[in-house]
Amino acid sequence: MRAPLRRRGGPGPGPRPARMAFGDRLRTGAGGLRARPTRVVLSALGIAIGIAAMVAVVGVSSSGRAELDERIGRLGTNLVTVSPGSDLFGGEATLPEEAQGRIGRMPEVESVSQVELLSGTNVYRSDLVPSGESGGIGAYAVDPGLLETIRAEVRLGSGLNPATRDHPSVVLGAAAAERLGIDRITPDTVVLIGDTYFSVVGVLERADLAPELDNAALIGRSVAERVFGAEGEASTVYVRVDPEKVASVRERVGRNANPERPNEVEVSRPSDALEARRAADQTLNGLLLGLGGVALLVGGVGVANTMVISVLERRGEIGLRRALGATRRDVRTQFLVEAMALSALGGLAGVLLGAAATAGYALLRGWPVALPWWAGVGAVCVTVLIGAVAGLWPALRAAAQQPTEALGSA
Amino acid sequence: MSAVPAAEFTAVGRHYPGGVRALDAVDLRIDQGEMAAILGPSGSGKSTLLHLLGTLDAPTEGTVRVFGHDVGALSDDGLSALRARSIGFVFQQFHLAPNVPAVDNVADGLLYTGAGFRTRRRRALRALDRVGLTDRAHHRPHELSGGQRQRVAIARAVVGSPRLLLADEPTGALDTASGAAVMELLGELNLEGVTVVVITHDRELAARLPRRVEVRDGRVVADSGVAPREEAV
Repeated sequence: MRAPLRRRGGPGPGPRPARMAFGDRLRTGAGGLRARPTRVVLSALGIAIGIAAMVAVVGVSSSGRAELDERIGRLGTNLVTVSPGSDLFGGEATLPEEAQGRIGRMPEVESVSQVELLSGTNVYRSDLVPSGESGGIGAYAVDPGLLETIRAEVRLGSGLNPATRDHPSVVLGAAAAERLGIDRITPDTVVLIGDTYFSVVGVLERADLAPELDNAALIGRSVAERVFGAEGEASTVYVRVDPEKVASVRERVGRNANPERPNEVEVSRPSDALEARRAADQTLNGLLLGLGGVALLVGGVGVANTMVISVLERRGEIGLRRALGATRRDVRTQFLVEAMALSALGGLAGVLLGAAATAGYALLRGWPVALPWWAGVGAVCVTVLIGAVAGLWPALRAAAQQPTEALGSA
Repeated sequence: MSAVPAAEFTAVGRHYPGGVRALDAVDLRIDQGEMAAILGPSGSGKSTLLHLLGTLDAPTEGTVRVFGHDVGALSDDGLSALRARSIGFVFQQFHLAPNVPAVDNVADGLLYTGAGFRTRRRRALRALDRVGLTDRAHHRPHELSGGQRQRVAIARAVVGSPRLLLADEPTGALDTASGAAVMELLGELNLEGVTVVVITHDRELAARLPRRVEVRDGRVVADSGVAPREEAV
């Protein structure tokens, strides 16, 4: 079309335009947003939602990981469990009686504690409960040092104390207490184990390193021997070892537990499960981040749309600025900066929103609030980039407008 | 009178694709310090003439020189710099930024000259003072009357001390009294040395200016020429 004005920018003959200061470019670009606040809020909202979703995903997952780290730190990764595996013919193996003592003599072992499942002994709230509804709660004969070795915390009442050694008293795992409907402890709180009433002295928190004890009733060994005829045959031995030597102990502990048949011993490290959970979170995060990315893309399209309309509506302003001496480059930069500012505004709001969501969720779950700094900084940088991409075409259109056309004078 | 004319048209034509001839074979010279009316009905080509004078458009035939610069040969940067420093525009519809105080609207007249923020504001206040709107500096356009808005627009046009002031139907949206005040202001600016060109379809208004150039169908049909100021009709 109008050939005469199809000229390149850049230096040529004649006067040189002044360079606009960075602050003036920023002020002029951002100033355009003030004219239509409602539209700015609405189109920044799209970006804000996308960013908030992504920041919240990162925040919640890193808060969760921080909580897991904290828990792993508290529980330690130096617990090894030893239990009977199966023999050569697939039958159930047993651990020799001296296993605990032999393991305890290993120099790297800090503490050792065994539990014995009293098979065939069911646990009920009272004798009115039909015998089929035992809830799968297992009764275990345990050593007093067990809770310390597995670092289980007591939620209600007390742990296993000297009194429990000889008297029919019991400490319940978290899940067992829930199934039995015990949420507080009075001197009258009792459960029926086998044919004998035991008074409940304590309830444990969930034991992350010994989840098999969550649904268990723990009673002292001497009582167990007297009442149920327990034989001291360990179903699991919990071994707390020197943190530096976990791998070496893990390798040798089977031979110490059962020198004749070391292959019939199963050795594991329960903290591995917690570590695996940390890795498992990543896949879900990828999916959620992808969804946030889609929201962000839609937000970017919204910004582009707003800018296209803005350029069409502001032909008069563009013409005026050209008349005041703005070069094509000045006009292009103005609209580009405006799009970036619009998008960054949404990004900033999104970061705040996402951080608030992270904090709310973490506090609700009792987690520490953890939001990596790069999530916030990265989000704002990404939105500036989105603004630049979304604003590029509208800005080029604005710059290409003929000043005469833009002024639209009669 | 300065040797270089403010604007010089030599056999200028402005044709649009499709055969529309907005301007045809126009020769015109406006010296620095003049005050002229370009008179014509709508569609006569007077707006095209204004765009060419203001370097917002370039001719398809002939040459337009503004302060000696060949408009057709300048780059976009060159034209922009020329407009920023030497030419001021006043429009019928004011073109003020809504919701922006008068002083900032005026300061925008210096945005593309390289002047700093403080300097722009200081000179904007002085320009508002010059057009008699000192006490309206912080009013927004919608709080001002039409005449006041046009005076703000004039302040914006002259804040950079341009040598050429182009006014496109500056009184077109104003009542008679405000229009007269605006014309008086333009006259004063001319006395201070600014070359003023007013585009209008209003014969009565044009008659009060020292020189009248009449345009019709893209051609200059009458030019009263430079008249000594005292003898202005």
